[in-house]
Amino acid sequence: MTIRASFKTRLKYFDLDISFSCAKKNMIVMIGPSGGGKTTIIRMLAGLERPDEGRLIFGDEVWFDSVRRVNIAPQKRRLGYVFQDYSLFPHLNLYDNAAFAAVNKKEVDELFDLFKISHLRKRKPHMVSGGEKQRCAICQALARHPRLLLLDEPFSALDAITRRGLREELKNLKSGASFPIIYVTHDITEALYLADEILPVVQGKIDDQWMKRTISREPSEEVALRAAREPRLSLVY
Amino acid sequence: MDYLAIYVTLKLALVTTVFLMVIAAPVAYLLAYYRFTGKSLLEALIYLPMALPPTVIGFYLIIIMGPKGFAGKAWGMITGNSLLFTFLGITIASIVYSIPFAVQPMKASFLKIDRRLLESAYVLGLSKRAAFFRVIIPNSVSGIAAAAILVFLHSMGAFGVLLMVGGSIPGQTKVASIAIYEAVEMMNYQAAGMIALSIIPVSYVFLLLINKLNEDSRV
Repeated sequence: MTIRASFKTRLKYFDLDISFSCAKKNMIVMIGPSGGGKTTIIRMLAGLERPDEGRLIFGDEVWFDSVRRVNIAPQKRRLGYVFQDYSLFPHLNLYDNAAFAAVNKKEVDELFDLFKISHLRKRKPHMVSGGEKQRCAICQALARHPRLLLLDEPFSALDAITRRGLREELKNLKSGASFPIIYVTHDITEALYLADEILPVVQGKIDDQWMKRTISREPSEEVALRAAREPRLSLVY
Repeated sequence: MDYLAIYVTLKLALVTTVFLMVIAAPVAYLLAYYRFTGKSLLEALIYLPMALPPTVIGFYLIIIMGPKGFAGKAWGMITGNSLLFTFLGITIASIVYSIPFAVQPMKASFLKIDRRLLESAYVLGLSKRAAFFRVIIPNSVSGIAAAAILVFLHSMGAFGVLLMVGGSIPGQTKVASIAIYEAVEMMNYQAAGMIALSIIPVSYVFLLLINKLNEDSRV
C-alpha cells in the first residue's frame, strides 16, 4: 500500500504545509529539530489530529479529505503507533498489553520471543526498564497486524546502548515487514541507519538542505562515515 | 439499642452507593472529557446539593416527589403507591444529596489519566465506550473507591433531607441520625449514645480507607 499525504494546518508558531508519499515496505524517517511539526504529522496520519486542509490516501482508501469532509477515525485505520514515551496500560502486565488488540494471541508469544521479553510477560510496565517497555509497545503495535506502522521517537528516552540494540531489532523488523513504516527521530545516525527515504521537516516544511547543513556542522565520525558509505539514501521532497 | 435504625442506615448507604457509582461514572466521564454548551451550568447543578441546606433540598424533593409533583404523580400512576415516607423515597433523596460526592472525585480521577493512554486505545481499535471500560475504569479504581466511601459516609450522616422526605417510620425510613435525634428529644441520652457510638467506628474505618487510597494513588 502506498501512502500519499498532503497536510496544511496552522500551528502555534508556524504553518505546517507538507506533502509526501511512502511506498509499500519502505521506511520513511522524518527528521528535524524538536518542535518542527514531526509529531503533529504522525498524529495526523494516525487520525489523532485533524489538519485544516489536505488529503491522506492509503492505497485506494481515503482516510482524510478536507474538501470531501472525510475523516476516518483512528480505530478504523488499523495502524500501529508506538509513542515517544511508551504509553503502555499501567493496569495490565506486559503480555496483556501486547495482547490488548492482538489479532491472534498466539502471535504475542512469538513476538515476545523475537524481542526477547518472554521472561517479563507477567510484569507490570512500572516493573521493567524503558527499553523493555518500548519492546513491548512495538509488540503491541505489531500484534494488531498494522497496515502502517508509526514510530514517534520511540527510543529517545533510552540510553545509548539500549538504543543501539533496539535500532538493530527495528532494522531486522523492517526487512521482514510487508507494511510501510514511518519513523520520527531527531537523531541523524539513526535516520541514516534505518531509512529508505529521509524526510527532513523544519518549521512545518520539508527542508532539503537541513541534513547537509547539520552534517557539515556536526561531522561526528559515525554520521560522516554513514553518509559517505550509504549513497542509496535519497532525500524525498 | 435501635438495631433497626442502624440496619436501615446501612442499607440506605449501601443502596445509595451502588446506584451512585453506576450513575456518577458516565456523568463524571462526560464532564471530564467532553466540551458542550451548558457544561458549566450542568456541573454547577450537579454540585448544588453541596452548597444548599439539606432542608432546601428536602423541600424541593417533597414538591417533586409529592402526590402533585411530576415524579410522585408518575410513580403513583404506575404503582399506586406514594414516594414520600418510603424507603425508595429516602433512597432517591440520599442519591440527590450525595451526587456531588460521587461525581467530583471520579471526575478528578478520570482527569488524572494520561490522555495518551486513551489515544493509544483508540489507535488500537477501541471505541470510546470500550476505552471507558477497559482503560479509564481500571486506571481510576482508587478514585472510584474514594468516591464510593465518601458517598457511603455522607449517606450515613444524612438527617434533615431524610427527615423531610421520609419522616421516621421504623424499619422503613427511620435512620440512625433520626433515631439519635428522637432519643435526645425524649431525654434518653443512653439510647442516643449507644447509636452514636456504633456509628463512629464505621465512619473511622472508612476514613482510614480513604487515606490509604489517597496514599496509594500518590505512589
